[in-house]
Amino acid sequence: MLRFLRWRLLQLGPVLLGVSILVFFGMHLIPGDVAQLLLGDKGTDADLQRMRHQLGLDQPVYIQYFRFLGGALQGDFGESIRTRQPVIWEIEQALPVTVELSLAALAFAVVAGLLIGVLAARFPHSALDTGSMVGVLVGVSMPVFWTGILLLIVFGGILGWLPLGGVMDGSLTVRRITGAPLLDGVLAGSWPIVWSAGRHLVLPALALGATAMAAIARMARSTMLDVLGLDFIRTARAKGLAERRVVSRHALRNALLPVVTLVGLQLGLLLSGAVLTETIFALPGLGRLAITSVLARDYPMVQGVVLIAAGVFVVANLLVDVLYVYLDPRVRYQ
Amino acid sequence: MATDAVAVGVRRRRVAALSWRRLFSHSSFVVGAAIVAGVVAAALLAPLVTSYNPIEQSFRDQLLQPSRGHLFGTDEFGRDIFARVVYGARIALIVGVVADGLAAVLGVALGVLSGYFGRRVDAVLMRIVDVVLAFPYLLLAMIVVAILGPSLINAMIAIGIVYTPQFARVVRGVVLQIKEEDFVEAARAEGAGSLRILGRHILPNILSPIIVMATLTVGYMIVETAGLSFLGLGASPPTPEWGSMLATGRSFMLTAPWIATFPGLAILVTVVGFNLIGDGLRDLLDPRLRGRQ
Repeated sequence: MLRFLRWRLLQLGPVLLGVSILVFFGMHLIPGDVAQLLLGDKGTDADLQRMRHQLGLDQPVYIQYFRFLGGALQGDFGESIRTRQPVIWEIEQALPVTVELSLAALAFAVVAGLLIGVLAARFPHSALDTGSMVGVLVGVSMPVFWTGILLLIVFGGILGWLPLGGVMDGSLTVRRITGAPLLDGVLAGSWPIVWSAGRHLVLPALALGATAMAAIARMARSTMLDVLGLDFIRTARAKGLAERRVVSRHALRNALLPVVTLVGLQLGLLLSGAVLTETIFALPGLGRLAITSVLARDYPMVQGVVLIAAGVFVVANLLVDVLYVYLDPRVRYQ
Repeated sequence: MATDAVAVGVRRRRVAALSWRRLFSHSSFVVGAAIVAGVVAAALLAPLVTSYNPIEQSFRDQLLQPSRGHLFGTDEFGRDIFARVVYGARIALIVGVVADGLAAVLGVALGVLSGYFGRRVDAVLMRIVDVVLAFPYLLLAMIVVAILGPSLINAMIAIGIVYTPQFARVVRGVVLQIKEEDFVEAARAEGAGSLRILGRHILPNILSPIIVMATLTVGYMIVETAGLSFLGLGASPPTPEWGSMLATGRSFMLTAPWIATFPGLAILVTVVGFNLIGDGLRDLLDPRLRGRQ
């Protein structure tokens, strides 16, 4: 296991280096001059030259890249053109919100997806099975931004059960510990904050997790159907085990592997969906920071956000691979 | 020539798998085809389906609820939502064809090069693919749009580029298998050059997975291009594009929920249609692709 982990960690380096090259040179292809953007319309030509020198923009592009890479390795991505704050500080504020949202969405997707998939496989070709598979087809086809709006219209507007956006009620403040609102509420032991942050998290997590939930349900159903037809399940039943035990202990364990792979594939969708979900629910996360920065042509911020998001994505995929090896000792990536 | 005959024989078998009778006995394909045919018909016959102009403003008719006069209601500029949804089908289909076509052409080129020539070409191309796949899809599309500038055409290009690695991977895998087949070996022994082998023997035999992959991804490409428009990086007003209509509808979701409801429904129906066709084709043509989506 340790050897596998070391091998996968070694692979991370070249991929992240490639990502940094692509991001850096991609940003250089964008028309416009960062120094000019920072100065605005006020600067003279001399100011512009000074700013270009200060930022190292008068250096050859490969030197600029190595300076960028050196800075990035130390967590220094420069200064935001839009807010004049250090890029890394803005990312530190936003990242925990996105991580909390994505984990909540993933938890919902896995729990609800497995439940629906297993129930559908347990009663194949029943009304429950047909109904849930139609729901699954709709679920995988629904755009996350429409799901979010519909949830807001129904639960926020018509029923008025849940808040329309934000991370918690405006009257509440929580001491920043991790930056994730719900977790900070729990750590601070403040019930009103936990309640408020939890209520604010429900709709975004449902919207973001819906597609993954549908995909997991579909996969869980088909693998459960395969496993339930195998000999060892017949043996378990023949031993006189209760059906619930056969399904939950024997079949489910073996049906989990493809689901884990699918969860890995869904991570990219979750991070992409976070951009849209955070926009709809006005959440101050990494996705919203990314789109605001792209629209404001805040290149240092875009560079930083994309690099960090790709890093998070790659590391999350590594964790899924490790989980895969842990769940199935037969799998060894050599 | 004998090898050509074998290759043609293999191709005939693959094409035979596509016979109409088999396709139309597959229930999800039939439902999907009916839905997509409906969307295509609406797009082609838009002026006959609705008498309203999708971009004409009418300030007397602002924010009207769905009624007999305006089936899906009107938006904040008094434009008929039904007309905008119907004309929006044209854009969605163009988006699907262009983005999917781009991803397929680039992906097939990369996949064939990588799979057929192997070694260093393969190593370099696949590492590039690994790097591109390390980006969350939408973020990569956002960077491409940032480089090219926000517009509907650039959003389509961005989504096409984002999907290219997936095509490249699938095509590479199939080419790796096919190039070991006897008929390719025989063609090589007969002295056929790489170009002839690729054009005559490899490409015709990778058509099935490409068709399946292209059908399975077209719906998602429509959704993601709409997503870029929703974020303000795609179609600009007053274009009747479903994603940008949803963005407008978001501002009125509590007072005029129909503005956001119908374009979203149109996206859903279109994507369900393409997904059902894709599922059907996959079952009939290439069951190996099951689980890759």
